[in-house]
Amino acid sequence: MRFESVPRAGTSRVLEILAPALSLLAGLAAVGLVFLLKGLNPLFALGEIFRSSFGSVFGLTETVTKALPLILVGSGLALTFQAKFWNIGAESQLLLGAVFSTWVGLTWGPSLPGPVIVPLMFLAGFLGGALWGMIPAALKIRLGINEVISTLMLNYIAAELVKFLVVGPWKGASKHGYPYTDDLPAQAILWLFPGTRISPILLVLAPAAAATLTFLIFRTRFGYEVRVIGENREAARYAGIDFFRTSLLFMAVSGGLAGLAGTGELTAIHHHLSYPDTLSAGYGFTAIIVAWLGRLNPLLVMVSGVFLAGIIVGGDAIQMSLGLPAVTVQVFNGIILIFLIMGEFFLRNRIRWVRRTPRHG
Amino acid sequence: MARIRTLEMRDIVKDFSGLRANDGVSLKIEAGEILGLLGENGAGKTTLMNILFGLYRPDGGTILINGEEVVFRSPRDAMQRGIGMIHQHFMLVQKHTVLENVALGFEKAPFFFPLRQVRRRLAEFSYRFGLAVRPDEPVWKLSAGEQQRVEILKALIRSSDLLIMDEPTSVLTPKETAELFDILKRMSGEGHSIILISHKLDEITRICSRVQVLRKGKVAGEAPMGEVSAEDLARMMVGRRVADSYPKADLPPGRVVLEILDLEAQNDQGAPAVRGVSFEVRENEIFGIAGVSGNGQQELVECVTGLRRASAGAVRLLGREITGLSPRQIHNRGISHVPEERIKFGIVPNLLLYENAVLKRHHRQPYSIRNIMNYPAIRRHAGDLVKSFQVATPSIYSPMKHLSGGNIQKLILGREISADPVLMIAAHPTYGLDVGASEYIRGQIIARRDRGGAVLLVSEDLEELFMICDRVAVMFEGRIMGIVDPRSGSFEEVGMMMAGAVEAAGGEATDAV
Repeated sequence: MRFESVPRAGTSRVLEILAPALSLLAGLAAVGLVFLLKGLNPLFALGEIFRSSFGSVFGLTETVTKALPLILVGSGLALTFQAKFWNIGAESQLLLGAVFSTWVGLTWGPSLPGPVIVPLMFLAGFLGGALWGMIPAALKIRLGINEVISTLMLNYIAAELVKFLVVGPWKGASKHGYPYTDDLPAQAILWLFPGTRISPILLVLAPAAAATLTFLIFRTRFGYEVRVIGENREAARYAGIDFFRTSLLFMAVSGGLAGLAGTGELTAIHHHLSYPDTLSAGYGFTAIIVAWLGRLNPLLVMVSGVFLAGIIVGGDAIQMSLGLPAVTVQVFNGIILIFLIMGEFFLRNRIRWVRRTPRHG
Repeated sequence: MARIRTLEMRDIVKDFSGLRANDGVSLKIEAGEILGLLGENGAGKTTLMNILFGLYRPDGGTILINGEEVVFRSPRDAMQRGIGMIHQHFMLVQKHTVLENVALGFEKAPFFFPLRQVRRRLAEFSYRFGLAVRPDEPVWKLSAGEQQRVEILKALIRSSDLLIMDEPTSVLTPKETAELFDILKRMSGEGHSIILISHKLDEITRICSRVQVLRKGKVAGEAPMGEVSAEDLARMMVGRRVADSYPKADLPPGRVVLEILDLEAQNDQGAPAVRGVSFEVRENEIFGIAGVSGNGQQELVECVTGLRRASAGAVRLLGREITGLSPRQIHNRGISHVPEERIKFGIVPNLLLYENAVLKRHHRQPYSIRNIMNYPAIRRHAGDLVKSFQVATPSIYSPMKHLSGGNIQKLILGREISADPVLMIAAHPTYGLDVGASEYIRGQIIARRDRGGAVLLVSEDLEELFMICDRVAVMFEGRIMGIVDPRSGSFEEVGMMMAGAVEAAGGEATDAV
């Protein structure tokens, strides 16, 4: 007697929406169990999370602040995941974006006006992330190196590079020995809505990027080829699709978007390059969940990005109000991702109860 | 446990989702015999042997050892009764040594220091049967012949009385083949019985004491080796011609479309697969390539479509060299391709029907204009294909994977024909399809020819090739054995060439150059 999974013949629209919603609920229930083990009322704790992220004006603005990088990175990841290229390195692509724009901002910032230097920094950010993202693509297509390993390892390299820069050659003269670079000049820093940490530029850029990526994936020849590669590599070869070019391109776009997020964090929030885990609250990793929860559709990524940002903000809040350790949010995210993946499996497969060992064939 | 004196399979039936692979097959072998099991691909040889080895359970029929009925639930059961099988692809752990591979899963090995005892037995068997192996060499360093000897030793040490060998010579050099045959003779001299699966006539006649031929899941004949000629065997293997040709317009072949000159190519393992092939295909012509699959047909097609690089020779389309161009460039020059393994290569199962309707042409107008997909035009095209090629589907918005095999093939064929190609290549286009779908597809291929198209048709189905082709070339071990006119040629002739027994007499083979 055992279980057997059988691929479903078809899935309905309703099920496609219901499955992630149900897995999310199940995931939250499991998170509730964790609270229960800590002796907290799970409903109260979960309520606290969402109250602090969505229940007040301040909470909401913080949620939006964190949603913007998640949407940028998540949209790009949706593209690579469509090609079944498992880019786990968005975190490092984000860092490289920040590094490139720091250099541009510090080098040319003092001598250029705001409307010139800000676009230049975003361009540099895109370029930094794109170049860093193209490395694993080239390694995979030319040398057959697994992208999960290479993107993951490049995260460490990028993090060490940033650390090296901020304690070494780029260490700020004005920072009294702290591991920061000097602050960017005033014209290279983004204007924020008063009382918030939201920049109007990013508020427009993130949804625009998501919309562009949606168009790219579902309406262009490039997006078509990406999806064919992801769904059937053999057929892609048969159809004459150039793997090398296409992979470089989608990793450039995905890495570039992560790089833009890095520029955004730098110019809107931090104003200088600092330690990697200060610069990014793990956005490159959380965005993996954002992309999956958004069903690899950048338009839905906008929704899932806001949702996950809410969990980050709420998680930070309950750390203080309920005295939970700092890793709580990561536990949440991990649990929720596992449930989403399981939900996807049950959406695609039916589970059957088998009484005897079946015949082969 | 008693040794195997006789083994009998009676009325074995095995169905695979509606397809009958074995239909009442009986087989008998005695100690010391070498039985040749002959037949085309898909005749049911491997299925029958997998049943004997306990990999499949039959849907009907019985197996008897020394007259006593046995039931094998798994290969383990079969091995315990003294049956060993050596698959075409070796089941060895590449990084382990020969000795470790032999010891792996060997039940009688002691728990502590198993290798010491296994080493002793390995040496003993190796000497007794003349199977030279180097026990401490890792398997990945060994040649195919040596790896095969390790497999044989594995089976012998597990005291297999009956050894099943699936196409054992397909990976061997002629010298290694001769060595293998010496070993097999020695084994039969010691009372082991051997079943040799093959489609090569000369091997069967060289070594077997008896031969049994399967065709389309049934026994087509069975005889001691001395009593049958190679011609008899070829006839049993390919059967008799039953169906008539399809009606075709009476058109003389036009100008040369495809020209292949001394083409050579290697397979994925780096062994020569296409060895100096030359032929040409003209307008108004369906040029067939017959042969048991695995004789270089796939590599040949891949060279023409740009999926594989030729190591020598030339491919020309309408007089222009296309050797070494990319698949997309070749497609743009006007070669369309109905691939073998249609689901693996020809479609993207999870994308929708209309998205699949332009695969490979998606980069051209009107389906994409300046890198933007023109989905309205694509959907119109998909609707047209569904209608004119009778694809049964709820809508063009269905995921491709929900279509049946026949309808998938109709869509692929329609897609490739509607590209209005200069040359259409179709590999096994009706393989696994029902009669209705097969007839429809053959009709469409002929219609293409009658409108002036050139078609290169690769098939294992002789019946099909004779029904629709204007000329049929036979491939064996990477070479063209001859080119036959289906109106005058016979099945026997082609069957002999397919089994490598003869080359065509006279000028047909040479005038193709």
